[in-house]
Amino acid sequence: MPVIDWEGQQVQLAAGESVLDGLLRIGADVAHSCRAGVCQSCLLKASSGQPGMASQAGLKAAWIEQSCFLACVCYPAGDLAVETPGAGVRSSAELIGMSWLSPTVLRVILQPEAPPVHRAGQYLTLFRDDGLARSYSIASLADEGKIELHVRIVPDGRMSSWLAQLASPGITVGIQGPAGNCFYTTGAPDQPLLLAATGTGLAPLYGIVREALEQGHCGPIWLYHGAANSEGLYLQAELEALAATHPNLRYRPVLRDRNGSITDFIINTHPQLKGWRGFICGNPDFVNSLKKRVFLSGMASREIHSDAFVPAPPSS
Amino acid sequence: MQRYFMNTLYEQLGGTAAVEAAVDIFYRKVLSDHRISHFFEGVDMDHQIAKQKAFLTMAFGGPVHYTGQDMRRGHAHLVQRGLNDSHFDAVVELLGQSLSELNVAPGLIAQVAAIAESTRADVLNR
Repeated sequence: MPVIDWEGQQVQLAAGESVLDGLLRIGADVAHSCRAGVCQSCLLKASSGQPGMASQAGLKAAWIEQSCFLACVCYPAGDLAVETPGAGVRSSAELIGMSWLSPTVLRVILQPEAPPVHRAGQYLTLFRDDGLARSYSIASLADEGKIELHVRIVPDGRMSSWLAQLASPGITVGIQGPAGNCFYTTGAPDQPLLLAATGTGLAPLYGIVREALEQGHCGPIWLYHGAANSEGLYLQAELEALAATHPNLRYRPVLRDRNGSITDFIINTHPQLKGWRGFICGNPDFVNSLKKRVFLSGMASREIHSDAFVPAPPSS
Repeated sequence: MQRYFMNTLYEQLGGTAAVEAAVDIFYRKVLSDHRISHFFEGVDMDHQIAKQKAFLTMAFGGPVHYTGQDMRRGHAHLVQRGLNDSHFDAVVELLGQSLSELNVAPGLIAQVAAIAESTRADVLNR
């Protein structure tokens, strides 16, 4: 019977025993609920081995691509090493460049010690040497060899003000990840894509749109960047240039002071989203509200990918 | 000689494929229905979709078995916010409409409604 490796602990499954039951038997702390492959509480990631298709039924493509599976309905044919999704590996990176994208958004370029393995749109956690940690989405493609982050400078934000005022190229930071399932997957090159962000939610979308184009996506791509006013926009010239060379890409800045509600603006432009795929990133209220609106406009729930940026409490 | 199998309700409906087909249709109705949509304000859609799949699997006679205690605990905060029979009726009605749209036979829909009905006292914490 197959052997399951969990954080260095091994368990051999009994006949007819699921991976979840095997792990619980050795005292592993694995979240679970329905035990029927439905509630997705027991989502794990196979770092080696094949979990089997039956344990991935109903999961979003981005999860399947990361070898995620539901432990309660997983009866593997061979050995597996499993971990909590998003745990990732801690390593280090050199800060090699910083430049201002707007008065409040800093572009940070990192050179990781090992070649990057992320998918554009995933996030990583950045560690300062005193342990201060913050998560940022990745705007670069793995084959670019470097990691690009967009850091919004938050008043009293400990990491962002340190990066803006004190950090300088050449210093080393810790990184952990990548994690997250908001990224482009191949397989439907002519599907229409809706990409919508507020603020630095543009970072993952800047990566996702370039990844999609590089993979030869030929269906229409609509990229919306919402902000309170024109000062909140950045990368406009780059995105306009990208749209100019790719006829299937449309880039639309949306300004609350001129266009009103950003979600209303997007939904009024796209009242029917059946068959579309969506990527929605940024402010949590915007993300939650637009997810619901695109779903009610016909987008299938499994096609909606999102990442809500929750600000860290100032004291942490 | 022919043998006849009495398939379970879940198998007759189409199993997990039926849940996948029904969940978006059903949850869209729930979110659009002014009688009950306010109970879903501000909740995370991904978590809700997973919960709705679990609910449909149970109502379809599938392999999800919530205890009465699970049902009571899961809905206690909604009962405090006024969840009552009229809201429960609305959910059962929308469930039936969703299955009709998927061309499920009325006899099977009645069986699904009966399973949902069996949770009423626990959901409403009575």
